[in-house]
Amino acid sequence: MDLSLTKEELAFRDEVRAFFRDNLPPATRKKLEENRHTSKEDMVEWSRILNKKGWAVPHWPVEWGGTGWDTVKQYIFLEELQATPAPPMLPFGVNMVAPVIYTFGNEEQKKHYLPRIANLDDWWCQGFSEPGSGSDLASLKTKAERKGDKYIVNGQKTWTTLGQYADWIFCLVRTDPAAKKQEGISFLLIDMKTKGITIRPIVTIDGGREVNEVFFDDVEVPVENLVGQENKGWDYAKFLLGNERTNIARVGMSKERLRRLKLLAAETRDGAGSLIDDPGFRERIASVEVELKALELTQMRVVANEGKHGKGKPDPASSVLKIKGSEIQQTLTELMLDAVGPFAVPYDLHGDDNSNETMDWTAQIAPTYFNYRKVSIYGGSNEIQRNIIAKAVLGL
Amino acid sequence: MDFDLSEEQRLLKESVEGLLKSSYDFDQRKKYSAENGGWSKAMWGKFAEQGLLGLPFAEADGGFGAGAVETMIVMEALGHALVVEPYLPTVVIAGGFLRHGASDAQKAAHVPGIIDGSKTFAFAQLEKNSRYDLGNVSTAAKAKGDGWIIDGEKFVVLNGEVADTLIVTARTKGGQTDRDGIGVFLVPRDAKGVTVKGYPTQDGLRAADITFTGVEVGADAAIGDPANGLPLIERVVDEARTALCAEAVGAMDESLKVTVEYIKTRKQFGVPIGSFQSLQHRAADMFVFTEQARSMAMLATMASDFDDARERASSVAAAKVQIGKSGRFVGQQSIQLHGGIGMTMEAAIGHYFKRLAVIETTFGDTDYHLRRVGDAGGLI
Repeated sequence: MDLSLTKEELAFRDEVRAFFRDNLPPATRKKLEENRHTSKEDMVEWSRILNKKGWAVPHWPVEWGGTGWDTVKQYIFLEELQATPAPPMLPFGVNMVAPVIYTFGNEEQKKHYLPRIANLDDWWCQGFSEPGSGSDLASLKTKAERKGDKYIVNGQKTWTTLGQYADWIFCLVRTDPAAKKQEGISFLLIDMKTKGITIRPIVTIDGGREVNEVFFDDVEVPVENLVGQENKGWDYAKFLLGNERTNIARVGMSKERLRRLKLLAAETRDGAGSLIDDPGFRERIASVEVELKALELTQMRVVANEGKHGKGKPDPASSVLKIKGSEIQQTLTELMLDAVGPFAVPYDLHGDDNSNETMDWTAQIAPTYFNYRKVSIYGGSNEIQRNIIAKAVLGL
Repeated sequence: MDFDLSEEQRLLKESVEGLLKSSYDFDQRKKYSAENGGWSKAMWGKFAEQGLLGLPFAEADGGFGAGAVETMIVMEALGHALVVEPYLPTVVIAGGFLRHGASDAQKAAHVPGIIDGSKTFAFAQLEKNSRYDLGNVSTAAKAKGDGWIIDGEKFVVLNGEVADTLIVTARTKGGQTDRDGIGVFLVPRDAKGVTVKGYPTQDGLRAADITFTGVEVGADAAIGDPANGLPLIERVVDEARTALCAEAVGAMDESLKVTVEYIKTRKQFGVPIGSFQSLQHRAADMFVFTEQARSMAMLATMASDFDDARERASSVAAAKVQIGKSGRFVGQQSIQLHGGIGMTMEAAIGHYFKRLAVIETTFGDTDYHLRRVGDAGGLI
């Protein structure tokens, strides 16, 4: 047993850190430090900087642009990315649809879509959830009927994150209404510019425009946009959802927020002194810090295990990552909110482009607290995660 | 970055688990704890035969030169089986003082007896008003000629009733809470002026309150510098905390296993109660708490190699915080999920709950260590 990184890994970390420091546009970094929304342009610019360096899609197969790094290096890279803080790579393309395409897609699909995803030429969004299908995703109703060389798609998707920027959407659609619910689902790639698609924003409690509803009204999709086999989409969806085990803990991001929280608490004063010297507040910080340290170690266990024994047999500890990772992220937003206190009250109205840059950054703290209630809901709610642990780990 | 055990460590784990599996079920434990002093001499002999008592000592001193990971492996296994024998006070604590602070002559006098199982030790540290502060010592050691005269009272001394030798913290100079002026002394339990009042503990072990009245010991009784023993005490106690973290992980792991087994078999309303989601989610949370505790027990174990002493101490404190929180949760939920049967002395689960509760109060509880983490400016 050994916690330390090798000399080579340390050198790699320093290289990554230096690259982020020297190449991330300062304005983008500042936005992230101040919890402000990054624009589509910010994201595209950063993705292309990474892609030019060859680092946009480290975990992909080398032939499609992956770096060939082992799991430890991939972990270091993501930790540094979050700790900088730099924008995360748009997950819907690089982490969700791309692995499905390079694992189950045909050669034409791989050649066409993968390079465009790596360079963020195409902005992808996710068409899984429906108004009646959240945790029970397999009950989805959006249907695709085969007519000649086209599918005709009708239905509605929801919670489509950043769909307002999207060029493409990957969808789970029902292609066999007679089959058992998991067995009649297919995985379709749909151009957002196709006639019959309407997108409508859902404004979330923080005032942000992050998620959308997407409506499909007789939308014609060429059959070559089917990934893999018809009616096998549920298998691909499970593969996709199982792909983001370690990323989800967001340890690097929480560490960065914790550092900022401490700075904030040190700067926040009243007659009795600095907030960081208040024993009650300091113990609340220490408490989340211990939890975060434990999560970091748990994540390292999962990463080391994957590196040594392959990704085939996930470490049971990996199911801990989503639950604790989300709880810690939420606790940190609470502590930030409590630290700024009354100065959290002013509300910075969002522009149509989702910008919120007219007020001091402390005005972004409460919206972040409100917004982060989502992290224990999305990606399989924490209750679903507990169901998974009970069933898959404990055998209940 | 590697969390796997080496081949040798894996073999050690298998052998200690094998020994406990064959000779340490719940009924056997009951018999062992009813023996004189609260533990089984025969079992202790088996530990010696397997080499467990010599693990951490240097090969030159007759031991195996094993490290913190090996101690973790053993302690976790002891936690699984709720072992009552005095491994912590003898091998971990006394062994720690001897390894880190003792002279060659002291090692020669005491280490062989530990390794062959003929001698056990106890750590007489806690005082009426010291709570968790290791530097708060009023027991006095006054110089007399070359030797010392010890006066004072120590409480809840684990294995104090039957230990051959007591390791006593005592003040050689200064005020009650000064960092300087604390010594560590080897005192034979049967020395003149030592009065031992033994009793059972909540978790089925035995401890003693011990009074020292004009106890005379020689110059060779002092381990290390009698005027500046606190750093040594802190180091050894950090190792003891680390060992307790591993023991607690073993106890939690077993509690979870036993509880899951129980809710799979216990039927109500015609179905196993483990089919109810509210119970499944508690069990899932027990798993989360146990894994977080395991991670931190590993951190504490590996922290013994950290160069930075502050980082080492903070890591152990943080581990004890996590173990405290996890132990409370896992222990309490184990009882709740067992229902009425969990409340009975007959069922094993309550004994795990009680051991976890006692570990929480040993060498600093969650609140105490949380304060330490905060005062040190955190971990990140």
